Amino acid sequence: MKYVDEYRDGELARGIAASIAREAAPSREYRLMEFCGGHTHAISRYGLEDLLPDNVRMIHGPGCPVCVLPMARVDMAIACARDPRVTLCIYGDLMRVPGSNGASLLRARAEGADIRMVYSTLDAVRIAEARPDREVVFFAVGFETTTPPTALAIRAAETKGLTNFSILCNHVMTPPAMRAILDSGDVESVRVEGFIGPAHVSTVIGTRPYEEFAQRYGKPVVVAGFEPLDVVQAILMLVRQINERRSEVENQYVRAVVEAGNLKAQAVMDEVFERRETFEWRGLGWLKDSALRLKAAYARYDAELRFDLVEAPARDNPACECGAILRGVKKPRDCKVFGTLCTPDTPMGSCMVSPEGACSAHWTYGRFRETAGRERSRLA
Amino acid sequence: MCLAIPVEVREILPNDMAKVSLNGVVKLVSTALVDDLRVGDYVVLHVGYALAKIDPEEAARTLEMLASAGAIA
Amino acid sequence: MSKHHPVRRRLDIKNGRVDLTHGAGGRAMGQLIEDIFHAAFDNDWLRAGDDQSAFDVAAGRMVMTTDGYVVSPIFFPGGDIGSLAVNGTINDIAMAGARPLYLSASFIIEEGFPLADLQRVAASMGEASRLAGVPIITGDTKVVERGKADGVFISTAGVGLARVGRPLSSDAARPGDVVLLSGTIGDHGVAVMSKRENLEFETEIVSDSAALHGLVAAIMAVGEGNVRVMRDPTRGGLAATLNELAHRSRIGFSIEEDAIPVRPEVAAACEFLGLDPLNVANEGKLVAIVAPAAAAAVLAAMQVHPLGRGAVAIGRAIADENRFVQMRTSFGGGRIVDWLSGEQLPRIC
Repeated sequence: MKYVDEYRDGELARGIAASIAREAAPSREYRLMEFCGGHTHAISRYGLEDLLPDNVRMIHGPGCPVCVLPMARVDMAIACARDPRVTLCIYGDLMRVPGSNGASLLRARAEGADIRMVYSTLDAVRIAEARPDREVVFFAVGFETTTPPTALAIRAAETKGLTNFSILCNHVMTPPAMRAILDSGDVESVRVEGFIGPAHVSTVIGTRPYEEFAQRYGKPVVVAGFEPLDVVQAILMLVRQINERRSEVENQYVRAVVEAGNLKAQAVMDEVFERRETFEWRGLGWLKDSALRLKAAYARYDAELRFDLVEAPARDNPACECGAILRGVKKPRDCKVFGTLCTPDTPMGSCMVSPEGACSAHWTYGRFRETAGRERSRLA
Repeated sequence: MCLAIPVEVREILPNDMAKVSLNGVVKLVSTALVDDLRVGDYVVLHVGYALAKIDPEEAARTLEMLASAGAIA
Repeated sequence: MSKHHPVRRRLDIKNGRVDLTHGAGGRAMGQLIEDIFHAAFDNDWLRAGDDQSAFDVAAGRMVMTTDGYVVSPIFFPGGDIGSLAVNGTINDIAMAGARPLYLSASFIIEEGFPLADLQRVAASMGEASRLAGVPIITGDTKVVERGKADGVFISTAGVGLARVGRPLSSDAARPGDVVLLSGTIGDHGVAVMSKRENLEFETEIVSDSAALHGLVAAIMAVGEGNVRVMRDPTRGGLAATLNELAHRSRIGFSIEEDAIPVRPEVAAACEFLGLDPLNVANEGKLVAIVAPAAAAAVLAAMQVHPLGRGAVAIGRAIADENRFVQMRTSFGGGRIVDWLSGEQLPRIC
C-alpha cells in the first residue's frame, strides 16, 4: 500500500529509536503526550514503547472522541434511539459505549431500537432519502477530522430538501482539550513537556492552532502522521526540541498537512456550526468553547431540538478511572478494575470500548507486558 | 475513528464524488472537501470523504529524512 | 378409481416465490422439495422420500456435528449460504480428523423468498456436496411469515467416522509444537463484507469457502500421531482460534506477523474498515498444531494439496501460564493477539 508500507519499515524504526536513545540525555526524563487516540493505537499496535529508551515516556492524551463523550450524552443518544420513529445511524465504535445503568446502544438495539452502523455520513443521508417514513438521526461524534463530513451531510440534506434528517451533535475541538491538559491542576503530576499533534485533525485545522502551546505554554508540538515511522520520527524531533530548549510547532506529516489546513473544510464547518458556551468532557470536566452545535439557521437539523432531548446529569461508575487516564494522570494498569471487572467484553468505561482508548489499546496489544513485573516483552 | 488512509483516485465522478482504490479495493467516496483532483492523485480518506491531497514530493522528502535518521545507527 | 388427476403445474422458478403453502405439509410443499431440493441433491436416499434415511455404521467411533447458517447477504463472491453450509459442516467433521460421511440440511424459509434464489442455493449445495463426495441424505423445510427469517436460514448436521488412533483434541497442544496455517487469511470475511449494505466496496476477493477433508486426509496420512489438533478459523478469525487453543491446552503461542499470509486486497479492505485480518472469518483454511518432529513433513504434504499450496509455519506453542498469543509484528515490536470483543459485523457465517 503506497504511502503506508514505506512508513512501516521496522529496520528504519529501530535506527531512529537508536538515535532517540543516543540523544535523550540519560539524566532526565522526557514526558511526551500523544494527544490523539489514533496515535495511542499505533503506539500499542506496533509496540513502539518497546523501542524507546526508559527515560522517554509516552502519556496518553484525551484525543479519543468516543472516550471523552460523557455518559449523559450517551444516555441522550440511547433515549433518542428508543423513540420508535427514529432510525439512529452511528459509527461502529459507539455501539458498546456504556450509558447509565448498564445501557448501551447495542442493548437498546437488542430491545428493538432501530440503530444502524454506517461507514460514512453519506450512508446516513442515503438512508434518510430511502426511508421518508423514518426520522433518521445521525449520532455525530468526533474531533475536527470528522466534523466536516457531518457539515457536508447537513448541506446535502438541505440541497435534497430532506425533512426527516437530523444530527445529534457531539463534535469537539482539539486545542481546548490540549489547553485543559496544560491548565489542569494535575500539571505537576502529569508534567507534559511536549505533544505529538494529531495527524488528521491537523489536515483540517492546519498547524497554526498549536502555536499557542509552543509560545504561551512553552511546549513543543510536532504534528505526526499515523504510521509507526511517523510517530518515532516525531518523538525524535520532540526530544531534540527539548534538548535545544526550543518550543516550536513542527510538522512531521508534511505529506498531508499544510500550515493553513484545509480551508474548504474549515469554511463548511464555519457555515454550519457554532461553538457551544460549554460542554462536558469525560475526564476534563466542563470546558468553555470546546464543542460545536448547529447554527440557528440549521436548527431544524438539530435532533436535540427536534426531539426535545434533555441532558440529564449522569456519573461514571466510581471505580472507572477513564477520567484520570484521559488526563494522563493514570495509566490503564493503575485502574483497579482494569482487566477484572472492566474488559472489552464487559466495559465499564468508554476507554475500554473505543479501539483508540488507552485501556482498549493496552488490553488488546500490551497487557502481556504487565506480567512478571515490568519484564520487557519476550520478543524484544 | 480518526482512522484515515491514503488512497489513489481512480475515477472522477459528478457531484463531487470519485472512485478511489487501495491495493485494488475500490470505494465510492466524496471529494467535496478537496479541489483540483486528478486521476492518479493520492488523498487521505476518512469516513468516506477525501480530506487532503498527499503531496508526493513532501512524501519523498519525509522518506529521505526517515532513511537518513534511521541509518545513522 | 378417481377420474380426476390434478394437473401438476410446474413450479414457476423464474418469477415464483415461496409462500406459506410451501411449508404446510401438503402437495405444494412436496413439490417444492422434489423440484428444488431433490433435483439439486439427487441421491437414492432422498428419492425414497422418507422423513429419515438409514445407513450402515462401520465399526469404530462416530463423529457428529451441527451448524446453523445465517450469512448475510445470501449470495457473495465465491459462494452462498448453501455452499457455505455444506463446506462448513464437512469441515467441522474433518477438523476432528474424521472422515465426513453424510449431511442433513434443514431450511427455514421466509415467505416471499424468490424460488429462483432458492434453486440457486440448492444447486450450489448440490454441487458442493458432489465435489466433496458427501451426500445430503435427509432434510426438512419450514416456511415462516414474512419478516420472521431473513430470506433463508439453513441448519445442518453432519456425521463422520473417526480415524483409528489417538483422537485430536484442543487440549493436546504442547510447548514446542509448530503452528501450521494452510493459506491466506481474511478472504471470506472480506468477500462477505464487500456486499454489505453501507460498507460496499468493489473488490476481486472471493470467499475461500471449501471442504477441507481432502487436505486433512493428506495431513493425517503423514502426521498420524503427531498432529495434536486442527481447527478451521471461522468466526473470530485466526485470533479466536489461537486463543481458544491456548486456553484449552493451557499454553501460549509465539507467532510471526511476517509469516502470516494476507492477500494485499484483503489487507487493504481491512485498512478501509479498521479491521485486523487476524479477526476476520475464513471458510477454507485450517490451523494444524503439530509435534516438531513431524512439522516439516506435514507442511510439505499440505503444500502439495490444492487447498494447502500456500501453507506456512507461523510460529510455535510456548509455555505461558497467562495463555497469551504473542506476536512479533512486521515492525519488530511485540504485541498480543486477542479475541475480538463483541460482534463487529454480525452474520459473517
